[in-house]
Amino acid sequence: MQDHTTIPTDGANAGLAEVEVKGLTRSSFILRGALAAGALYGASAVTPFVSGAFAASGRGDAEILNFALTLEYLEAAFYNEKGPQVGLSGTAKSYAKIFGEQEADHVKALMSTIKQLGGKPVAKPTFVFPVNSESSFLKLASVLENTGVGAYNGAAPSLKDKEVLTAAGAIVQVEARHAAAINLLLGKSPTPDQGFDRPLTKEQVLAKAGPLIKK
Amino acid sequence: MPETRTDTREPEGLVQRLARDDVDRKRFLKMAGSGAAASFGAFVIAACGSSKKATTAATSSTSTASSGASGDIAIVNYALTLEYLETAFYEKVVQAGLFKGKVGALIKDFGAQEATHVEALKGTVMKLGGTPAAKPAAKFPIESANQVAELAYTVENLGAAAYLGQAAKIQNPEVLAAALAIHSVEARHAATLATLVKKSPTPDGAFAKPADMSTVLAAVKPFLV
Repeated sequence: MQDHTTIPTDGANAGLAEVEVKGLTRSSFILRGALAAGALYGASAVTPFVSGAFAASGRGDAEILNFALTLEYLEAAFYNEKGPQVGLSGTAKSYAKIFGEQEADHVKALMSTIKQLGGKPVAKPTFVFPVNSESSFLKLASVLENTGVGAYNGAAPSLKDKEVLTAAGAIVQVEARHAAAINLLLGKSPTPDQGFDRPLTKEQVLAKAGPLIKK
Repeated sequence: MPETRTDTREPEGLVQRLARDDVDRKRFLKMAGSGAAASFGAFVIAACGSSKKATTAATSSTSTASSGASGDIAIVNYALTLEYLETAFYEKVVQAGLFKGKVGALIKDFGAQEATHVEALKGTVMKLGGTPAAKPAAKFPIESANQVAELAYTVENLGAAAYLGQAAKIQNPEVLAAALAIHSVEARHAATLATLVKKSPTPDGAFAKPADMSTVLAAVKPFLV
């Protein structure tokens, strides 16, 4: 007599035995796990079981994520490379460290996801950040984080794959948290667009980020 | 060198129009009667509430589009219920006068923003052809500034997780755009309250965790009268 409540834990299902985790469907759990694994261990940790889930989503999503990846490269480089050069202290320093690690995780996750979608992650550009004080660093951080929120919110409705959408949502939420924290440090409103964060087009994003990309 | 792009993947919707076109925004705001306001929020509320054009979802009760609409109506009503609760919470907090100065101003702002979420979501449900959920009676423990700030931190984190948990289920791209615009604001609220209670602005680390409807409704049940 088969117990239908038992989920097989052998083979490909090992480690994926939970059909529902906190209400997430299995496939979105796989995605989140893949993204987390990709973030920590690189693309090789993502199991072949995942690629089937992504097969249908197409090149459009990969292209959108590559745009996001460019911004994440930028933010990671800003916090992790420029920050130490500027010489930060106190909360600014601890934010740069924490947020920089998180942006680096975003980079890894996006690279992994793009590959799973059958796309090729863009290479990391060379950046130039014209700031040399904590104050100007934080001001640029505010621009970058708030622009990042607008970029994701502008692009996300075009994503075809719903699990990729949730992943993008998981990232944009964190960018919004960064933006609010940085704004508060600057004595600025944490909600510069009041109740509704304005979505940005690619062109509007590039207007802010483009000058920092040296190519 | 400017690049002309023709995106044929999907029709230009609310997001693209309003983000791209300042002229379009201003025209819309004039229609909504708020001539001076330049906020995206006013635009969203006008767009959500003022359309006289029937959406594809509202015109047919039997097409698959309407099953999308009824799903979206349920999701938006769920969000509306949460926004009603958050608005009521902030109203009580402001009444209690526990916060002064800059923090007091932030708390007032957040309450006002939650109220605009209520308006936008009500309008969205109606535009989808649904009936907005009724405002629930709410009760919140209001004891001290620190206790309230902790509760607000919990509630805002929950709200952000709730929106994230629904994003993938929303059928209508304009509804999704509005939900995303609100979702990131709840995250901003949560991060702000984190600084007040000296907790992490990013409690889930690099990737925010979604919460499903049953989890969220169970969590807010204590606040429903």
